[in-house]
Amino acid sequence: MDLNTITYIVVGATFLLYIGIAIWARAGTTGEFYVAGKGVHPVANGMATAADWMSAASFISMAGLIAFNGYGASVFLMGWTGGYVLLALLLAPYLRKFGKFTVPEFIGERFYSQTARLVAVICLILASVTYVIGQMKGIGVAFSRFLETSYEQGLFIGMGIVFVYAVLGGMKGITYTQIAQYVVLIFAYTIPAVFISMNLTGNPIPQLGLIGEMTTGPHAGMDMMARLDQVVTDLGFAQYSEQVMGSKLNMFVYTLSLMIGTAGLPHVIIRFFTVPKVKDARSSAGWALVFIAILYTTAPAVGSMARLNLMNTIQTGPVGEMTANIEYAKVPDWFRKWEATGLLKYEDKNGDGRIQYYNEKNADMAKKAESYGWKGNEMVKVDNDIMVLANPEIAGLPNWVIAIVVAGGLAAALSTAAGLLLAIASAVSHDVIKGMINPDISEKSELLASRLSMIGAIALAGYFGLHPPGFAAGTVAIAFGLAASSIFPVLMMGIFNKKVNRAGAIWGMISGIGITMLYVFQHKGIFFIPGTAFLGDMKPDWFFGISPNAFGAVGAVVNFVVAIAVSKVTAEPPEHIQHLVEDIRVPKGAGAATDH
Amino acid sequence: MDSKAAQYWKANLRLLISLLVIWFVVSYGFGIMFADALNAIRIGGVGLGFWFAQQGSIYVFIVLIFFYAARMNALDREFDVHED
Repeated sequence: MDLNTITYIVVGATFLLYIGIAIWARAGTTGEFYVAGKGVHPVANGMATAADWMSAASFISMAGLIAFNGYGASVFLMGWTGGYVLLALLLAPYLRKFGKFTVPEFIGERFYSQTARLVAVICLILASVTYVIGQMKGIGVAFSRFLETSYEQGLFIGMGIVFVYAVLGGMKGITYTQIAQYVVLIFAYTIPAVFISMNLTGNPIPQLGLIGEMTTGPHAGMDMMARLDQVVTDLGFAQYSEQVMGSKLNMFVYTLSLMIGTAGLPHVIIRFFTVPKVKDARSSAGWALVFIAILYTTAPAVGSMARLNLMNTIQTGPVGEMTANIEYAKVPDWFRKWEATGLLKYEDKNGDGRIQYYNEKNADMAKKAESYGWKGNEMVKVDNDIMVLANPEIAGLPNWVIAIVVAGGLAAALSTAAGLLLAIASAVSHDVIKGMINPDISEKSELLASRLSMIGAIALAGYFGLHPPGFAAGTVAIAFGLAASSIFPVLMMGIFNKKVNRAGAIWGMISGIGITMLYVFQHKGIFFIPGTAFLGDMKPDWFFGISPNAFGAVGAVVNFVVAIAVSKVTAEPPEHIQHLVEDIRVPKGAGAATDH
Repeated sequence: MDSKAAQYWKANLRLLISLLVIWFVVSYGFGIMFADALNAIRIGGVGLGFWFAQQGSIYVFIVLIFFYAARMNALDREFDVHED
């Protein structure tokens, strides 16, 4: 059977499974729609959280980031996992005890202020919408690359699937679908990794292959990592195991921003509202991290081995020997296939019909290259994103593995999109419509409103998927910046500091986001609109060399400082609010779904 | 807040802080600040600093969460603030 047919069958089968689950897990009440009736087992919730959390970016892009940034990419590995420690210790159990449906609802009640709630809703929607656009794009790309549909058709199919199970099932449908999606995506990620680790190091466990020795080829017996370091440095690239991202300080702040951002992303937090008890919220974060870690500890092996395979494909022998560079006429099939997508580009600069791939920006290397008769790096584009998708092909794995990888990428994108859409829809229907506009709305009408909000959110995400705005490229910076600088600090202070009051929370959030967004926009343009970069002549990372994506942690510090300072000079929170804080600090008396 | 609840909260904070110190040391300490020095120690084919940054810190994070959950369950009972 050819690849296309198999891919259609595998992807089609997973879609049928998702729809089947959706029909089985229809939501009948608002409690089921928003928080799955608070009846999800902590292990099941952990698995769903893992699928919710691991997006198209984790699945497709991360290994590529690791492959090309080496040690520097550790910021993503630690940043996107360490946040769960913060969640489990600082937020999840208390928010579960509070026992409501949404994050803005907690902020509104704890800071006795509709304004604070509204600010939180705005942050939530901005962060979630920018995030969901990336998922929609991922779905469109996966379809168009592997199923030979157009990008638009792919997007509509993806929207249709999400529509069925998110609108019908709400959180309940999404949770059970996400469990299935987790299983699909983790198999899709680990199977090729096992094969590749076996090929290179003879060890079927990628985590051990990473620290293992090469078993085949002329370098058998050498440490895989040492070999990789040698291959890349011979061609003038930075040493894989030691290259840093910006500077050590930048890596520190970047990691902190991603951790705080993870703990502040609403679609992750609301997952902990769905478990039956406070103690389940604690352990469920641990289970989520177990399921996430299976992928995240495999990724460094995938990244490093994919890089080694890629380099070895092009540079087949000692650097400088003419015949050691592969002839373009002899490149493997996958090379040409990815060239067709534009994600891989080759230019024969010295006209020798062979490929030279090296770091031309390295002065020493450039000099050496000249003496070899090389006229510049000929791999003019190697996109990060091809690493995971091309991996099975590079390793020569059978077609069914490739088909599963496609289904896995789609599962990652769909599950995250659904979680984000639910966070948006519940903020609109529960916080804005029920909380602010029409408090007397009946449960049945609210359920209808939440379904309509979901449809609206899907349509909006689809629109942006078709017409990606300029700021889609800055998704990570905005979503994590907002979550880290506004939502996390306010939630944490709301629980751990009884004295932080309404004015403190509002000004803290506004100044935290303000400073973060200023730093992001000052050189990228206001909402990434070209020509509006108001400090265009300054270096993007002028503040101690901290890159804009890493700035959320600084925004969070500003938020904490401003909130505490403002609270000191304004009136203390009223008595009943201080009692509320005391109450959420103890597990006793956590009821099932409560709503009033 | 009555004194028992205050004691419970204090015990919780003590536990939290010591676990967060470990959280900080394995990631920011071993994985970033002291990574170069630790790389002198090898674990298989990679340096210990590199290993903590890309593998070890994640394993420790998992242990921390489950340890916290277990300790807190015990504390909940000890101070009689557990659910049902």
